[in-house]
Amino acid sequence: MAGVSRTVLTEMYENMVTARHYEERLQEEYLEGKQPAFDISAGPIPGELHLAAGQEAAAAGVCQHLRDDDTVTAPHRPHHVAIAKGVDLDRMTAEIFGRQTGLGKGKGGHMHLFDPEVHFACSGIIAEGCPPAAGAGLAAKKRNEDSVAVAYLGEGAIDQGAFLESLNFAAVFDLPVVFVIEDNDWAISMPKERVTDVENGAKRADGFEMPGVRVDADDAVEVYEVAGEAIGRARDRNGPTVIEVQVHRRMGHFMGDPQTYRPEEDQEAAAERDSIERLEAALRDYGVDDDAMETIREEAHERVEAAIEWAKAQPHPEPSDAYEDMFVNPPSGVTDSEPDFDLAGGDD
Amino acid sequence: MADESGETRDLTMSRAMVSAIAHEMRENDEVFYMGEDVADYGGIFDSTEGLREEFGYDRVMDVPISETAYLGAAVGAAQEGMRPIAELMFVDFFGVAMDQIYNQMAKNTYMSGGNVSVPMVLTAAVGGTYNDAAQHSQTLYGTFAHIPGLKVVVPSTAYEAKGLMHNAIRDDDPVLYMFHKRLMGIGWLPAPDGPKTPVPETDYTIPFGSADVKRDGDDVTVVTLGLHVHRALSAAEDLADDGIDAEVVDLRSLVPLDTDTIVESVEKTGNLVVVDEDYRSYGVTGEIVASVADEALAALDSVERVAVPDVPIPYSRPMENEVVPDVEDIAAAVRRTQ
Repeated sequence: MAGVSRTVLTEMYENMVTARHYEERLQEEYLEGKQPAFDISAGPIPGELHLAAGQEAAAAGVCQHLRDDDTVTAPHRPHHVAIAKGVDLDRMTAEIFGRQTGLGKGKGGHMHLFDPEVHFACSGIIAEGCPPAAGAGLAAKKRNEDSVAVAYLGEGAIDQGAFLESLNFAAVFDLPVVFVIEDNDWAISMPKERVTDVENGAKRADGFEMPGVRVDADDAVEVYEVAGEAIGRARDRNGPTVIEVQVHRRMGHFMGDPQTYRPEEDQEAAAERDSIERLEAALRDYGVDDDAMETIREEAHERVEAAIEWAKAQPHPEPSDAYEDMFVNPPSGVTDSEPDFDLAGGDD
Repeated sequence: MADESGETRDLTMSRAMVSAIAHEMRENDEVFYMGEDVADYGGIFDSTEGLREEFGYDRVMDVPISETAYLGAAVGAAQEGMRPIAELMFVDFFGVAMDQIYNQMAKNTYMSGGNVSVPMVLTAAVGGTYNDAAQHSQTLYGTFAHIPGLKVVVPSTAYEAKGLMHNAIRDDDPVLYMFHKRLMGIGWLPAPDGPKTPVPETDYTIPFGSADVKRDGDDVTVVTLGLHVHRALSAAEDLADDGIDAEVVDLRSLVPLDTDTIVESVEKTGNLVVVDEDYRSYGVTGEIVASVADEALAALDSVERVAVPDVPIPYSRPMENEVVPDVEDIAAAVRRTQ
């Protein structure tokens, strides 16, 4: 663990236990009003909810290297990445509860969180965060800034055109972009081996002559080390990298997913392979005792509870708010300010 | 073989859709289904429930999340004479494969001077009402009905779901089959009363371009499709209490469009209300009004359009309820015509 400080480990731990508790608490909140009969449109959090318990290492290990001006795009399962990137937890939670003071004033919901303060965005369409991440990298390069962009995607997304086109685009223009594949083995119900030709998704990089690295265990420390190299290379203008991290989906694809397609052993294995316990072992090696970790967990839990409590106290949007925010400059429908050009050609 | 017994059974819309697909797959080895999560899962919206168990993975294919590839592959296989059915899990995902839909599937027959047939079905889940926000709640009827070369059908009940699917698979042209999530009868997304209907055991086809008058009335013609057939019927019951007698026309297909049935109704009632879950501008409501104006302008005393008011579908419940037309919106529009 050369080059990994106790502070880094501790901060990653804070992020990971916050994210884990966040998902577990959202699961409880989500199921309110949806029992005994599960109705996806009922309860305080309606619609689909994709929780990321078991994927925290991929978020914490990468985002630990990022600054507020570095861009991150995440897919439909975004909470752990948002937390690691430093997205405003209160306003993110209010958005998930559909409240007026949420990040998107209740218009976006949990798959569509935007926090421009920390350059974070996500999209519910598979792999479609990759091109915008390449665009953020392009902007940094054009402005000669040393910010970087990270695109998160699932292993199911590596067969999507938007990803493959983005790899070439980033490679040909040497853009400061890192593509992070979270391999949780399942594209909803489809196991990787049935729909994807490679076991190691990082091999997608080979065809674009960029580095591709796979982290076989959801080990935050190893992710941190691999990501450090990739992000350093991006900041130093040495081009893009693909990283694949083996993570685990501890819950269904979305809440309410019966997971009848998934062998029980697989679910049990996902529950056992816990990146948080793995990091706790590393922390002990660094002399952080169990009491100190318990304190970190308690603080994380308090932060999550405070965010949920705050969010639930926020007002719902007014129905008429639906008509706001279509444009930053709403069209007036009147063109009286149009300049008076002489299209026929004048004397000047 | 057709069952001549005349037996019917009550089915959810998803079961009816699946029964037609299974029937066609038994009859014709060239029919197969491709999509994401259609094998073991049985379709996120139950569109393929049980098919993999009967027909195996070769004919009920889970495919990579590569819509351009598998929709385009369906086009190619269809052009070779097979009868593929390909599914867009949400119609909102059309964007990642639009060229295969808009420039290949829809145009190849025309550009070949009619020498190439594309006998495929593209199924797609549509619709909101469950707070899934702007990328998973659209209907996009107008987007697909707009492009020449696609037949576009929208079942509103189990009876329609089966008959339209039989016809879609047997049709020699590309058919877009848009099923509303809220109507399928999925456990976690309760359907309103109405879409679960008696369905004949035997195979039968519903011709495209045959709208169905779901309720007779003399005062106003309400033209709609999909989920909003049921909302319009509810509104009609409420209006009947006030002495307003609404006729409800279920389009069932957008392409071809059964203008005759609509015009006949408007000539009787004089008033037209078009209800659509898609965006208002440049869409179904404008098209229906224009079609009636073309043929029966003199018969029109009043016109109302009820549609999503040109905003993306918002996530939060109060805002989604505001923009997606509900029973009260339809009733209010009808009252304005009286």
